[in-house]
Amino acid sequence: MKLFRIRGGVHPDDRKALAAGRPIEDLPLPALLHIPLQQHIGAAAQPVVERRQQVAKGELLARAQGMISAPIHAPTSGRVVGLGYYPANHPSGLSVRTITLQPDGEDRWHDDIRGVGDPFGLESDEVAQRVAAAGVVGMGGATFPSAVKLNLRSRYQLHTLVINGSECEPYLTCDDRLMRESSDAVLDGVRLMAHALGVSRIIIGIEGNKPEALAAMGAAAAAFGAVRVVKLPTRYPMGSEKHLVQTLTGRETPARGLTADIGVVVHNPATAFAVHEAVRFGRPLVSRVVTVTGAAVAEPRNLRVPIGTKVEDLVAHCGGFTEEPERLISGGPMMGQPLRELRVPIMKGSNGVLALTRAETNRREPSPCIRCASCVSACPCGLVPLDLAAHTRIGDLDGAVSRGLMDCIGCGSCAYVCPAHIPLVQYFNYAKGEMAARGRAKQKQAETKRLAEQRSERLEAQKRAKREAMAKAKAKRDAEAKAKAAAEAEAVG
Amino acid sequence: MIAAIFILTALGLALGALLGVASRFLKVEESALTGEVEALLPGSQCGQCGFPGCAPAAAAVANGEAPVTLCPPGGRALAESLATLLGVSVDLSAVEDKAPMIAHIHERLCIGCTKCLKRCPTDAIIGANDQVHAVFEDACTGCEKCWEVCPTECIEMRPATQTVQNWVWPVPEFA
Repeated sequence: MKLFRIRGGVHPDDRKALAAGRPIEDLPLPALLHIPLQQHIGAAAQPVVERRQQVAKGELLARAQGMISAPIHAPTSGRVVGLGYYPANHPSGLSVRTITLQPDGEDRWHDDIRGVGDPFGLESDEVAQRVAAAGVVGMGGATFPSAVKLNLRSRYQLHTLVINGSECEPYLTCDDRLMRESSDAVLDGVRLMAHALGVSRIIIGIEGNKPEALAAMGAAAAAFGAVRVVKLPTRYPMGSEKHLVQTLTGRETPARGLTADIGVVVHNPATAFAVHEAVRFGRPLVSRVVTVTGAAVAEPRNLRVPIGTKVEDLVAHCGGFTEEPERLISGGPMMGQPLRELRVPIMKGSNGVLALTRAETNRREPSPCIRCASCVSACPCGLVPLDLAAHTRIGDLDGAVSRGLMDCIGCGSCAYVCPAHIPLVQYFNYAKGEMAARGRAKQKQAETKRLAEQRSERLEAQKRAKREAMAKAKAKRDAEAKAKAAAEAEAVG
Repeated sequence: MIAAIFILTALGLALGALLGVASRFLKVEESALTGEVEALLPGSQCGQCGFPGCAPAAAAVANGEAPVTLCPPGGRALAESLATLLGVSVDLSAVEDKAPMIAHIHERLCIGCTKCLKRCPTDAIIGANDQVHAVFEDACTGCEKCWEVCPTECIEMRPATQTVQNWVWPVPEFA
């Protein structure tokens, strides 16, 4: 298959050998699970359980709220011991609403968990509906509710489903291991998603540094003519969905648009696996594969982890740290977020836990920009990162936006190549966050204005109603007085 | 007696007619700019700027009698948009750094007097007689009207609660 070139990108040392040889193993049930209500993009889920309630594995804990949301299910059987706030797996370190579950050790599935014998006989809407009910979200890290993407059929002309098995982030091996060990299940999930989307063309893209995964998926796909397994060049950020689609089809996604605009939907292999579990067996998304790696980890491993397990339980299972890690990261080293503490839980979108040593982080003090333009040639989006950062630094966010800030995917290629070690991505994250905050402030202003207007209208209406009531009462009194006077006159007369 | 009534009535009618005619023919066109400025202002009539409401404040800004930075609830974003609208340059460093404040009711001290919720210009306080009141953060503009009237001083003006949804990355510390 002909592949197309994308611009920019970098070739970081992939360091996948640390964990790639370790088969996926189940993490023993931890003592407590902390399950956040917001593990996806969109509205947080609404709890439907109470404290001290006994729940079975796969039972609904919180239901989806609104159009873009996802339900949350019990990762194991046990007792709900708390509905409160717990530190989030988020760079802010703030606490979020969380359900705390104490496992009873039985790991007993709920009685209503039932699969479908012939899922390809289902209507495509029904597949999407089952995926939605299972709480499946994009497991590559973006955590967009998968069912919403499977329903794009009604609004877009779709022709291709692309499976993003590139796993271009260094260190991470969870998708690689999943494709090697469960290739048939992943392929089944892929075909179910294609069925839901109503597309016949399926492309599974896997980077060339994962030959075993390529072979396993190729063997599994051999029986199905519509599925093509494609070896992608190893280059970061091949896993950015817009760049992946451009590599495979030669077509560029419009700025701030969706890949669906050009007829393509992209899903992750771990999501495909979750769809397979959800539709075939009726099992909701309650666990995921996480790579625990980095030179500071005693024994890097790939673990199947119940959602809500504390990161420290994973680290302990991997033998702890051999030395004090310089940096802890949730996700990959390029786009992952710093972990402030080890007690935060694993969520649906957590694909890795990295403990990096001083030698690995290679942190240096930033120095002034020398305008070498290394970042310009590395940027896969055709932006000028040094210019964006300069505008952001002086507070000219509108200038940064007009130079394409919103087209930045935050891949970190620019910061990776910067010889001055300028934290470019943090500038862009700050600027994007600040623009979003301004948007929220503007919306709040419009809303409070509406509220103030409604209030003054209401007060006016109340005043008017009072006046009218008084006038009516007066008229009534007058009429009565008149009638009385007339009656008296009559009586006298 | 009748003469006095007649004179006063005639005077009233004549002066009223004069006023009516004057308002029709000597009408001062309100500048379109005032309307545009007013559309940008929050419209909660909170009076923090020192003007009795948003309309007089808008008129003052449009006539250049008040700075574009007058509105505390609007904050920096409003000052910026007003400056672009009026084409004036403004030193925004002075405006910023006052994080938007939100009223918070200490439930232990609230006696349920409903004084605050009657004054709230955006209906951001929920409550009833002898019931503990609470503030909807999303609707509060931080105008401090409730804060002034609380008989038990149980309302505190605080910066808005930080959540994962409104948290943003800080700007890198670097020369």
